[in-house]
Amino acid sequence: MQKSKWGSFIIIAAVTLVVYAVVRTLETMGLIDQYWQRVLDQALIMTIGALGLSIIYGFTGQFSLGHAAFYGLGAYSAGLFSKVYNSDHNLLLFMVSLLVGAAVAGLVALVIGLPILRLRSDYLGIATLGFGIIVKVGMDNFNKLIPALGGATGMSGTPQLANFDWLFIVALLVIILVRNFVYSTYGRACTAVREDEIAADVLGINTTNTKVIAFVLGCALAGLAGGMYAHRYPFLHPSSFDFLKSFDFLLVVVLGGLGSITGTVVTAVAWVFLLEVLRFVLGQTFIDFRGVIYALILIIAIIVRPQGIFSGREIGFLVPKPFSTLVGRKDGVNAGTGS
Amino acid sequence: MEYFLDQIINGLQLGLMYALIALGYTMVYGVVKLINFAHGDVFMVGAFVGYFGFTQWGLSVPLAVLTAMAVCSILGVIIEKIAYRPLRYAPKISVLISALGVSLFLEYFCSLKFVFGPNYRVVTRPFQEMHWNIMGVTITNIQVIVFFTVLIMLLLLQFLLYRTKVGTAMRTVSVDHDAARLMGVNVDNTISLTFAIGSAFAAAGGVLYAIAYPQIHPFMGIMPGLKAFTAAVLGGIGIIPGAVLGAIIMGQVETLTSAFLSSQLRDAIAFLILILVLLIRPTGILGRNEPDKV
Amino acid sequence: MVSMPVLVLEDIDKSFGGLKAVSGFNMTIEKGEVVGLIGPNGAGKTTVFNMISGIYRPSSGKITFLGDEITGMAPYLVCQKGIARTFQNIRLFRENTVLDNVMTIFHPRAGYNLLDAVLRTPRFKRHESAITGQAMELLSALGLEDRAYDKAMNLPYGAQRRLEIARALAGRPRLLLLDEPAAGMNPAEVVKMVELIKYVKEKFDLTVLLIEHQMGMVMKLCERLVVLDFGQIIASGLPAEIRSDPLVLEAYLGKGAAV
Repeated sequence: MQKSKWGSFIIIAAVTLVVYAVVRTLETMGLIDQYWQRVLDQALIMTIGALGLSIIYGFTGQFSLGHAAFYGLGAYSAGLFSKVYNSDHNLLLFMVSLLVGAAVAGLVALVIGLPILRLRSDYLGIATLGFGIIVKVGMDNFNKLIPALGGATGMSGTPQLANFDWLFIVALLVIILVRNFVYSTYGRACTAVREDEIAADVLGINTTNTKVIAFVLGCALAGLAGGMYAHRYPFLHPSSFDFLKSFDFLLVVVLGGLGSITGTVVTAVAWVFLLEVLRFVLGQTFIDFRGVIYALILIIAIIVRPQGIFSGREIGFLVPKPFSTLVGRKDGVNAGTGS
Repeated sequence: MEYFLDQIINGLQLGLMYALIALGYTMVYGVVKLINFAHGDVFMVGAFVGYFGFTQWGLSVPLAVLTAMAVCSILGVIIEKIAYRPLRYAPKISVLISALGVSLFLEYFCSLKFVFGPNYRVVTRPFQEMHWNIMGVTITNIQVIVFFTVLIMLLLLQFLLYRTKVGTAMRTVSVDHDAARLMGVNVDNTISLTFAIGSAFAAAGGVLYAIAYPQIHPFMGIMPGLKAFTAAVLGGIGIIPGAVLGAIIMGQVETLTSAFLSSQLRDAIAFLILILVLLIRPTGILGRNEPDKV
Repeated sequence: MVSMPVLVLEDIDKSFGGLKAVSGFNMTIEKGEVVGLIGPNGAGKTTVFNMISGIYRPSSGKITFLGDEITGMAPYLVCQKGIARTFQNIRLFRENTVLDNVMTIFHPRAGYNLLDAVLRTPRFKRHESAITGQAMELLSALGLEDRAYDKAMNLPYGAQRRLEIARALAGRPRLLLLDEPAAGMNPAEVVKMVELIKYVKEKFDLTVLLIEHQMGMVMKLCERLVVLDFGQIIASGLPAEIRSDPLVLEAYLGKGAAV
């Protein structure tokens, strides 16, 4: 048992170090230029945000179409905090600003979530969509309350403290956090709500609490991703946080497969790179056709494989080994959440 | 006071146009329990057809409306067949996501340079705008056109639903697919027809909208679509008179907010209403409560 | 000393819109009893279960469990008080494993909080281990331990029904509501289910209220029957009495299998 407990830890550590080393080497060798470095960073930001939606929708079954609103709230809060308090580029304050971003998003999620999570899926989708629009209108007009926020013309001035190292570490921590959440009684409660909310309720699960916890956590992660974004892109504009961005997150979670951390991570990274590759290869045509391509991919994916690519499947080393000796253990593919 | 009444009439004009779109949402929801996100974009296509009708083919208003209705009803049927039918008995979320995809597809496809292009286009009306002053209140010929067009279409819909076999089929399918089948109704065709009619109504709304607010662009359908959906939910989703009632209310709220508060808040207020309705009375004003079967 | 009845339903009525589903329903269940609730389809039996579980609030009347009033209480609280149930149309957490289905129910008593889970503290490991062990024991008792890691939806029908029961037991209930546990089973399977329910009742010291159409099971298992028709009790008493009650026979006893 000792061996198996350390086994997965070693594998995770090894994989992480290898990936990190590879990227760094390629960078120093000049094979990854500034442009692609930025793409990689965007992929990591996307991963963090998408994992948030994965908890909300992939694992708990709550259809939220307003994820970008929380991403944006996090970006603006963290960005404003640093802009105002962190002009000397203090790293500790940078971390605080990220927490501020996540906290603001989480708090708003709590306030909104308590009433709207009672709604069933299609109505919840519309309500979160509407909320997203309200937030976007807010962003266009914030500057009337707090001029530093920039309003419809955007906000600049956030110290650009997020680099690949930071993003990598944070993304890694988030993956571990999400994995620990999912493979625990909380994750089980979430999937129970997703599978059959009435049965879960009748069998003792406080479904409202469960949904709110998942929603707040997921939105806080979106806020964290937004905070990182604000420190990596010098100019924040409300149009980056509109419905299309929510759609982006949704696409990744749906395509990647519901109930799969691996699916979300792999798809988030692959999606960002795919888009950049297409942009590279097709040039201007791509920019024009981008929306059409997104839409077609989504329609085809949902018709052909509605459960997503990695549905319910998890890479072996992410799944914790069971704690007692068990008969009939099935190896490899794990369904839903493991134990 | 006159200004207030003018705004009421403007609100009515807007509300009636929303009603045409909202009817499409409610009819489709009735038969397949789907929130057709793409509906607002069908409205947009209708507006563009109307635009081409006026500027390039020299059509009169009625002809433009009919052409748009024809084109969009075909579009609606095609969309249903390709993107929704394969998912009809899949989990509801899947078809919702597909609808989202169709909506985005229509918007971005129409923005392509070789289609409509992303820019705003100004619609030249095939008639001169006129207004009359009746008891201090201003009434335009556009408002009159909108009013009568919508009235005629509502009467036709009423006739279709309650006096024809296909209408009865539509109402039956909206209650239960299997029961309808057992009674000899061709469910697939009935659903296609519902999409056709709903889309045609949206198209008519689009042409009228283009006449009333003569600037069109490929993303123009998003807001009216969402507001019309809010209207349908407000009045009671799946209930025909509910869609009209809800739309008229939404039209008034939007116009009065814009006139007396701020036009910026217009959209936010619309969605606030949506969220409040969903929280307080999700079955809508005219809706009945249907408990889940356990 | 008079012992407290486990469950009391007093003058329960339930209407949906204009439709009266249940009226004037009175029932008392004592500790350790196995009571059967029978009647034709649509008589309102599942509605009664749903009111006890808290899914529906009675239009009027009072429900008391072990002395505490639970009328209209939220379902998850009703369960935490000690009432668990299975469903007529199986409602397993289909995409989850068999083991997870059972472990999930330990959630209210998991023993660790969110921080423990995320940081994988010793407290988390201790409790998670305990939950896994207890869940496996339950699976063992119901003959499901070999399938612990199968997806619930891949189980054969009989195993799914047993999993429903295992899951209900995970909540450590005092009262178990079984809604047609033998539906769709052949006579041999019904016999096994009867044995299983008897075993589980003894082992976990339960009181059982059972809805069932299979008369074989009803007659072998239930000490007492309550017969419902059109939402009202038309007879109640010992199985032998009920069998020959003309009102009941008239109301159509359902499957009426050989006993």
